[in-house]
Order: sequence, then structure tokens, then C-alpha cells
Amino acid sequence: MTHSTPPEDVSPSRFPAGPLAGRAGASFKPQHLQAILDDPAPAGFFEVHAENYMGAGGPPHAALKRIRERHPVSLHGVCMSIGGLQPLDETHLARFAALVKRYEPALVSEHLAWSTHETTYYNDLLPLPYTDATLARVVDHIDQVQSAIGRPILLENPSTYLLFEDSTWEETDFIREVARRSGCGLLLDVNNVFVSATNHAFSPTDYLDRFPLDLVGEIHLAGHDEQRDDEGDPLLIDSHDGPVADDVWNLYETVIRRAGPIPTLVEWDSDIPDWPVLKAEAGAAEAIMRTWDQPEQRYA
Amino acid sequence: MPEHHADFAAAFAPGLLDPDQPTPDFVTGHSGKAANLRFNVYRNNVTASLLAAVGEIFPLTRRALGEDAFRAAALTFVRDHPPTSKLVFEFGHGFDRHLADRGFAAGDRGWIADVALLERIWLDAYHAADEDPLAPAALGAIPPEKLGAAVFRTHPAARLVACRTAVVSLMAALKSGDDTDAALGKARERPAETALVTRPALAVDVRALDDAAVAFFAALVAGKPLGEAAGEASIHEGFDLAAALGAVLETGAFASVDVEESS
Repeated sequence: MTHSTPPEDVSPSRFPAGPLAGRAGASFKPQHLQAILDDPAPAGFFEVHAENYMGAGGPPHAALKRIRERHPVSLHGVCMSIGGLQPLDETHLARFAALVKRYEPALVSEHLAWSTHETTYYNDLLPLPYTDATLARVVDHIDQVQSAIGRPILLENPSTYLLFEDSTWEETDFIREVARRSGCGLLLDVNNVFVSATNHAFSPTDYLDRFPLDLVGEIHLAGHDEQRDDEGDPLLIDSHDGPVADDVWNLYETVIRRAGPIPTLVEWDSDIPDWPVLKAEAGAAEAIMRTWDQPEQRYA
Repeated sequence: MPEHHADFAAAFAPGLLDPDQPTPDFVTGHSGKAANLRFNVYRNNVTASLLAAVGEIFPLTRRALGEDAFRAAALTFVRDHPPTSKLVFEFGHGFDRHLADRGFAAGDRGWIADVALLERIWLDAYHAADEDPLAPAALGAIPPEKLGAAVFRTHPAARLVACRTAVVSLMAALKSGDDTDAALGKARERPAETALVTRPALAVDVRALDDAAVAFFAALVAGKPLGEAAGEASIHEGFDLAAALGAVLETGAFASVDVEESS
């Protein structure tokens, strides 16, 4: 088949909108393309890592176009380096904005992390200290991204493995203040909450108590691995290579019970299973949302 | 915040790809816990993810080198030439030179650098801009008397790659499941090949061209008019203009054609 670049500046939308309320989605993996196209009811939406679709053309765009013709898409950036001190990469920002325009994603998100220092790209979500100075920089960077794409983004809470002696803000307060100043929404990664809570010995439910759930536009669920820290205690790794852990499902239900249904994405990025396995994980999230979809069932 | 911590990334980054760098002194675990293994998670994430990227970009190079040598080559490459692009699929340019320079593909293993070069170009073609290849009708519309002045524009995915070894045959041998060693042995005895890499639709194609076709395609890719390209190719035995034009269309190496009016 041949594939041509979609025309620019065509409006209104060239794609179906697809309401996300109460829906769960899955990471889109190219090896699942045919299974998804053959599935009459595959998932509520599909999320892609923006950078994988920043090539000029070829099979990635052809596949994403076919998905987007049928389903809402969530665009998840992983390397904007919003949490870094150095200026954002203008070329990268322009590519990101072009993708937003091209695929009209239902959700657009990025991370509270950095990945580039000077000219080196480290291909990982690296942590930052939570200080007045980093807060101001993160807000500036989010302003810049939101201006470039003409809409708010959702900022994701990180999994972290260490702490900075210089931090003066609690992570939840830092995130709340970033959202207040920048106007961004939040992506609550429940697995990240569980991973960080274990790694830093805090209560994940206390974290959720402090987290501004009213600003959450999307939830992430994923699997994690376990290693050991210097003292031999468990150190959880945000690995995205297996099913969602039971503890994380329980924490997710806590969030949904409090906040009601929120579009939820099951991430699975390595050791990727066949499509039905990933679909079943998304289905489990939708089942929990259906259980708690009436406000009178919930408590604040 | 102390001055030396203000640029936390500058203090955090050096250890990510250099295992001899200590854990930064301003990171910690909770309750006074140490942070060496904690910092190592980041070191490992960075290194492992980049090694995985190199492995995915160069699967045949990996097969040719063997697991241990490939890992050693990839590790030194990642540390010496970490990515400057945020797009991982752009990583790995220069891996062929690294293999040669660092002795991983030296002497009678020099052909492995050619395999790496072509695998990197394969991925460039995979992500290249979409464009319909030249249609037969576009060529047919040119009056015969003006055909010699026809100039072709190369398709965004197309590359002509002259190698020192029989790189296309070697890659085919590496892919052959049954008796790879025997197939490699034969391929290594073949003369050097020039590869034409194309992606007229969604599938990348890599083929070796004969000497006449190499001369013809190289001239066209360089922007020389068809008549001149045919002249350069005709010094090679067996050059057939009709067949060569058929290959121009069939390979999808070109996207459009124009006739130079000044003759």
C-alpha cells in the first residue's frame, strides 16, 4: 500500500473524537496493529510515545494513522526534559506540536523529569530536586509547551529511586503548585506512586490524600520489578514489562472510588504480550471504573 | 541550595555513562539510607536502554559479531558516542566506524562494519518521508527525442551505498537460518557490492546492483541527465537501456522526472 502525508490545515477534525469517559486504553505497540484492527472492540483509546512518531514517514505513521482513524489517541511525550534546567529543545518542541496537529490526540502528556543535559540525550526519566528554583523552571517549560501546542498538557508524577538533599517541597505539593501556576492538568501514574512510596517509605494512600485528584485527566497503570537497595530492602523499578501488580490495582480502586472514572491507560513497553493479554488489563481497569461510576457510591 | 548543587543535572549526568564516577554527594535514600544502588538504577536504565537500542538497530551486526563481542562494542559505542538526538531511531550513526576503529571489525572481520553501515541506512529508509515513486506514465509522457535530457529526483528513502565487501550477500547469509557459516563463507568470497536501498511504499528493499546499473543509478542520483547516465553505464558490458529504465521504475528509487530544456 502507499501512504501519503495527511493534508495540513484541514479543519474541522479529520478523525473521530471518541469520548474517553469511563474508558481504559492500552499502549499501542506496532506488533498488535493487525490484532487491534481485527478486534471489533479493542480498547477505549491507544497511547503512543510521541518520539516514536517523529520520523518523516514510513510504517510508524501508516500504523498510527490506521489506529487514529478508528480510535482516540493519547500522545505521551517521554523526552521533552521539562524537569531540566536548560532551555527546551525548540526543534523537538516543534516536532511535538506538529504531531499534536497531525493526530488530534484526545490527551497530551509529558513527565516531571529530565533526560537531556547539554547535548547528550540519556534516554531515561531522570529525577530533579523539588526547590523553588526547579519549580519556577518547570512552570516556564510547561508554559512553553502549552503555548506551542495551543492546549494544556497533563504532567505525570515520576517513579524515583533516590532523594535530593536539597529538596524543600513535598512531591505532591510541588506538583500541585506547578499545576496551579501553569494551568496544566495531571497524569496520575498509580504504579509510580506505589513504586516511589515503597522506595522512600511513605504511605501511598497518604500521597493520594495530598494529590490534587480534581486535576487528574488520565491515570497510568503498569507493572514493576523489584530489586534491593544498599541496605537490602526492596527497591521497586518502574519497568513496564509485566502485568499490573495487585497492590497497584488496589490503589487504583482507591483513586476511582474517590474521584470517579478517569481515563486510564495500561502501559506495557517491554516483554510485550499478545494483544488479548494487554486488552484484558485495560478491561480490568474499565470494570473497576464501572463499579464506581455513580457519585453516591463514592466518598470524598 | 548550595551553589555546586544548583545545576543538579551537571552533577548527576557524568556518572550515568561512566561507572568510575562516584554517586553524586547530594542524593540519598530515605532515613539516611545510602544511595549507591539507588543511583545505579539510573546508570543501569540509561546504559541498558541504549544498549537495547543498538541491539534493535543492528540485529545482523549482532549476529555477525556474536553476543559478547557485540555487547562490548555497543557498550564502548554508547559511552564514547552517547546520543545527541532525542529520537532513538536516529541513534547509531557511526557505529560502523566505531567497529572498525576499535578493532571489533578489523582484518578479516572488516565486512561486519559494512553490515552495520547498511543496517543503519536501512533504518533511515524506514523512517524516510513518504512519497509515491515515479509512475511509468511520467516517463512515458516524455517525447522520445527529449528522453536523453530527462533528470530524475531521488526518492526520499533511496540510497546508493558502495561497500568494500559483498554486503548484500553477507546480510542475506546472516539471515539464512540453516547454515549461516557456509553461506557467510561463500558471501565473503564474492566481489564488493553496491547496495541500492529503497522504500517505495512501506517495505524497505535492499539489493545489489551490477556494475552497469551502479554506474547508471549513480549518475542519475547525482542529477546527470539520462543520456549522460546511459553513456557512463554503456562502458560496462551488458548495459541495456530499456532494462535499466525498467529498473528505475521497478526499484522506486526515484520520485519524479523533469526534462532539462537547455540543450
